[in-house]
Amino acid sequence: MPEAATTFDVREISPATGVIDIKGDITAHSEDVLMDAYARASREGVKAIVLNFSALDYMNSGGIGLLVTLLVRAQRQHQRVLAYGLSDHYRQIFELTRLDEAIAIHNTETDSLTAANKEHP
Amino acid sequence: MNDVTTTPPAVDEQAAPRDAANWAKAVSRLNVSEVPEGVVNINVQGRRLTSPIQGFGKMWRKTYQVRLPAERVSATDVIAAWKQRFPDFWPQGNRFYAPLTGIQPGEVALLNLTLPGKMKLSTGVMVLYADETSFTLMTPQGHMFAGWITFSAVEADGETVAQAQVLMRASDPIFELGLTLGGHRQEDRFWQHALRALAAHFDHEAEVDTQVVCVDKRRQWSKWRNVWHSSAIRSTLYTMGAPRRAVKRLFTRDRAVV
Repeated sequence: MPEAATTFDVREISPATGVIDIKGDITAHSEDVLMDAYARASREGVKAIVLNFSALDYMNSGGIGLLVTLLVRAQRQHQRVLAYGLSDHYRQIFELTRLDEAIAIHNTETDSLTAANKEHP
Repeated sequence: MNDVTTTPPAVDEQAAPRDAANWAKAVSRLNVSEVPEGVVNINVQGRRLTSPIQGFGKMWRKTYQVRLPAERVSATDVIAAWKQRFPDFWPQGNRFYAPLTGIQPGEVALLNLTLPGKMKLSTGVMVLYADETSFTLMTPQGHMFAGWITFSAVEADGETVAQAQVLMRASDPIFELGLTLGGHRQEDRFWQHALRALAAHFDHEAEVDTQVVCVDKRRQWSKWRNVWHSSAIRSTLYTMGAPRRAVKRLFTRDRAVV
């Protein structure tokens, strides 16, 4: 199967928060790299995973499915998932697929981190 | 058949993304504008879409694959045929009333399905996403499962792999019980049949590879109220009310004649 043209960089913002910077495409073929990034971001003590979509080029329905899977894994670890940097187009898709009911969407990284810290200071 | 009660799409100030035309527009509730004669539309009109997040049961990812020779059939050929003849590949006793404009993003299709016990179920799906090598159908409230099915094809190592992948949770406790008591097996048979029929359309006989993964073993008990929308209950009540409707029609007709 073809690998998607995507990179997922992980940043440790605080002991309780990890950020995943998504660059490129998210399709069903991104599963291994996305889940690897989640595993790296999800160290012990992490209570919030923030997804940065600012450099997202393309996402299809397979990609949305992957985000649901990531969400389930995070919930199993009692972690919240937040997102920022979504274009209007992808915000609409989050609403359409009702992903926005489980992944809190924010405008900026600062907003996301503030929201994450409110819950887990 | 056409969707939609839509909320106006947000103004996108950025350049249109390359997948903009592939996704359905924002929909608050489904609207079926044209219902073919004799088709029941009791469980789609006005319903919201549901992702696996809104479902009740365990979360499953089921993948069904069939392999075709790539030198004869390309991925785009597979998806073009699948979109065009989607209902033809279904097992007997199940009907997919395709939208008049075909499988296009945002279109709504009505379904009449036969469940174990020969129970008839009326429901529907919306085309969430469609491009040249894939399309995705998403379910409304009351459907037996909350989630979506993605049909796709890729070319790899001289083969074209056609795939149906379901990501779902049973919508409510009754459907969860039904899926546990044979519903999952029936669903597997359903999509295995569809993929074999798809391969046969290209004059190819092939076995279907099936992979079932339980993504989340937990049930979302907070969603038990989804049973209110259950298409099984509503379809059964509708069927039981058929004699009463027939008598009512008879009297209405008599009065019109007089």
